Amino acid sequence: MTSDAVVEATGLTRSFGATRVLSGLDLRVARGTIHALLGPNGAGKTTTVRILATLLRPDSGTARVAGYDVVRQARQVRRLIGLTGQYAAVDELLTGAENLVLMGRLHHLGRSGARRRAAELLERFDLGHAAHRPVRTYSGGMRRRLDLAATLITRPPVIFLDEPTVGLDPRSRQTLWDVVRELAASGVTILLTTQYLEEADRLAGRIALIDGGTVIAEGTAEELKRTLARERVELFFGTAEELARAAACLAAGDRDEARRSLSLATDGSAAEVHRILDHLARHGVAADRLAVHRPTLDDVFLALTGRKGEAA
Amino acid sequence: MPMTTPVHPAAEPESPAVRLAHAVGDHLVLAGRSLRHVTRDVESLLLAVALPVLMMLLFRYVFGGAISVPGRYVDYVVPGIILLCAGYGASLTAPGVAHDMAQGVIDRFRSLPIAPSAVLVGHVGASLARNLLSTAIVVGVGLLTGFRPAADAAGWLAAFGLLVLFILAMSWAAVALGLLARSVAGASGFTFVILFLPYLSSAFVPTGTMPAVLRVIAEHQPLTPITETLRALLLGASPGGDAPLAVAWCAALLLAGYGAAAYLFSRRSR
Repeated sequence: MTSDAVVEATGLTRSFGATRVLSGLDLRVARGTIHALLGPNGAGKTTTVRILATLLRPDSGTARVAGYDVVRQARQVRRLIGLTGQYAAVDELLTGAENLVLMGRLHHLGRSGARRRAAELLERFDLGHAAHRPVRTYSGGMRRRLDLAATLITRPPVIFLDEPTVGLDPRSRQTLWDVVRELAASGVTILLTTQYLEEADRLAGRIALIDGGTVIAEGTAEELKRTLARERVELFFGTAEELARAAACLAAGDRDEARRSLSLATDGSAAEVHRILDHLARHGVAADRLAVHRPTLDDVFLALTGRKGEAA
Repeated sequence: MPMTTPVHPAAEPESPAVRLAHAVGDHLVLAGRSLRHVTRDVESLLLAVALPVLMMLLFRYVFGGAISVPGRYVDYVVPGIILLCAGYGASLTAPGVAHDMAQGVIDRFRSLPIAPSAVLVGHVGASLARNLLSTAIVVGVGLLTGFRPAADAAGWLAAFGLLVLFILAMSWAAVALGLLARSVAGASGFTFVILFLPYLSSAFVPTGTMPAVLRVIAEHQPLTPITETLRALLLGASPGGDAPLAVAWCAALLLAGYGAAAYLFSRRSR
């Protein structure tokens, strides 16, 4: 066990009634990193975060945050974590500023300390102009930013983000990604759940693929792609007839009639591409163009579960 | 078991005195939040201020002339209207709690280093403040329209104590129902029941005028002894056997409400 794991979970299980949501989940998140829990709806992502954030007890297994047990030392854990849930957890009837001051005071920053920090965060998240409007008049993106600001009120060293960009427009999503990267750069440990492959790929240092309540693969995005999925070469043909002949003589690959292309898994070597083209040439078929596709996390997910991941 | 060394200074243990100060502060901050909600919602603000005034005027001038009671009707009815407004006001805690539970904000509160129940205590504290204000309005309008209480200092104090107990009991019962309700609308249904409870008691008319079935209900429901006790205290009379019955009802409601609320709230984290 390395000593720099800030979040460690071992053998977490949890059922709701007859439904087993977690079935022995293990997880380690190193200090100052962004770690993504990637998986489809119902995979157990939110349940894992709720257990780590002390909101839910596991049926069995243990979890520690910064060395504190999330069940027996929940209060200490709560002083170290920030949580942003799936839906913006802000008080709709209060103004943006009041929301942040309230959170600051409940974190015992004192009245003036809470006000100062609230003003700072409202500026940083570009909410200064709306500080004194009730949150129910905010747009979805503004709410999410306020929610994240509320999470950051005490500069927690560990932050859980549960599907932080669901329902955000591309610009708001980009803004949020920038903030998350900035936080990680300043030494904050971040565990985020997402069903967006692209988000995990772009943001996270390490990714745990989760399905059926357990981690089915874990590593950097590159590692996962390299070890679990194959490169693909896509051959384009001039006519539908050539495509049909190529498909017949190779007897492999995915045919795309609209693109007039055939896509084949390869080991990524030039020699294998050469062999494919040679084989076609012997049968009198020539491809017009070819494209090499690096594997995506979607391919990884497909390879592991036999199902497509959610939309990337 | 591998142990990771705790890293953050914020996680240093707090002394008991600091913890107590924080706990008191947390409850006050959250009660402030709940009170602020009242001022943000025009409907509930109007209800809190206008309902006491309107009920007082309605019973004093519209129904009052047609109802005959021993003594002056305005003196008879003020305690009933106090309890109607305070009971209804306290029951509004139920939709407030249900609203909190339906929003994600409750999870944020529960992930904070505060007593988990502070949110609920905040609601009850706000309810107490709100309903003491509406009581003051009822008494104020009552005095302007001829209410002449005859209580001495001890009588006022006892009346105040009973009222506080009543508001706390109704508020905690409302918290429990707010936690139990699946929706804000469901929780609002409860407030409707509470609004009608005083009419089936001795709050506005002596129970002797009711048909037998209603009279039995009216004489055995909690609001009748509570009203009788409050009325006797305010008019400087002795409440007699109603007083212990009133206190017992309030205490039972308070314990049941508080116990149910604590159970329902903790069940969410299991």
